[in-house]
Amino acid sequence: MSGKGGGFMVTLSKDIIEITREQDVVTLRNRVKELAVKIGMSLLGQTKLITAASELVRNMLRYAGGGKVTLEVVLRDKVTGVQLTFADEGPGIADIRLAMQDGYSTGKSLGLGLPGTKRLVNEFSIQSEVGKGTTITVIRWKNGL
Amino acid sequence: MGSFLLVTIQVDLYDRLALNLETDLIRMVSETDARGVLIDISAVGLVDSFMGRILNNIATMSRIMDAETVVVGMQPAVAITLVELGLTLAGVHTALNVERGMELLHKRLGSDVREGGRFYGNSE
Repeated sequence: MSGKGGGFMVTLSKDIIEITREQDVVTLRNRVKELAVKIGMSLLGQTKLITAASELVRNMLRYAGGGKVTLEVVLRDKVTGVQLTFADEGPGIADIRLAMQDGYSTGKSLGLGLPGTKRLVNEFSIQSEVGKGTTITVIRWKNGL
Repeated sequence: MGSFLLVTIQVDLYDRLALNLETDLIRMVSETDARGVLIDISAVGLVDSFMGRILNNIATMSRIMDAETVVVGMQPAVAITLVELGLTLAGVHTALNVERGMELLHKRLGSDVREGGRFYGNSE
């Protein structure tokens, strides 16, 4: 539990998927969709969340060779949401501020594209340490814009 | 379908599958002398930056092979998500459905075909 955003957050269900190869991207997308459908998220909300998950898991495979994704259904202030945590033990990001700038490594390359991904979710947090790895947590609420 | 190639994507593509599509399609353009490529993505629920790049690549490669590419049938939720993600699909023509895509190709190739006289398929 945490006290962010005024209310306590409760985890209603939790599941972990190991990511080691590119086929795992499809498995993850399907699991995220299941959870989003289960809590009654709109089609647009589902599409945004699954796309964000797809971007983040690709980064994980590309830069860290894989990692772990924790999928949770969470409840805060009587609203349900899907929280996804992408944890890897890759090289880490030296300058997070730079990586979060629009136009940094996006477009045609298979770049990080973190600012775009952030726009697809309601909450986005990133922790990274060079040589240790990166952890990115995102939440999309059932009724999120 | 004359000199147009119609490709319908029915499954969620993972990376290798998407790359295979890219090479297969370009080979088909060369083998069939196609002047237009229609890619129907109405069954695709997600286009991320990787898929977007594949679509852009196909369009660019087709153009080099003297063929036009139209992506048709994009779901509204997919279109909204693409824009928020920051992908513009700048090099790709889009149309609402296959019929509109065909119209667009005919319109774009019409004058070109008469000038060059290189329209092999059965025209309308």
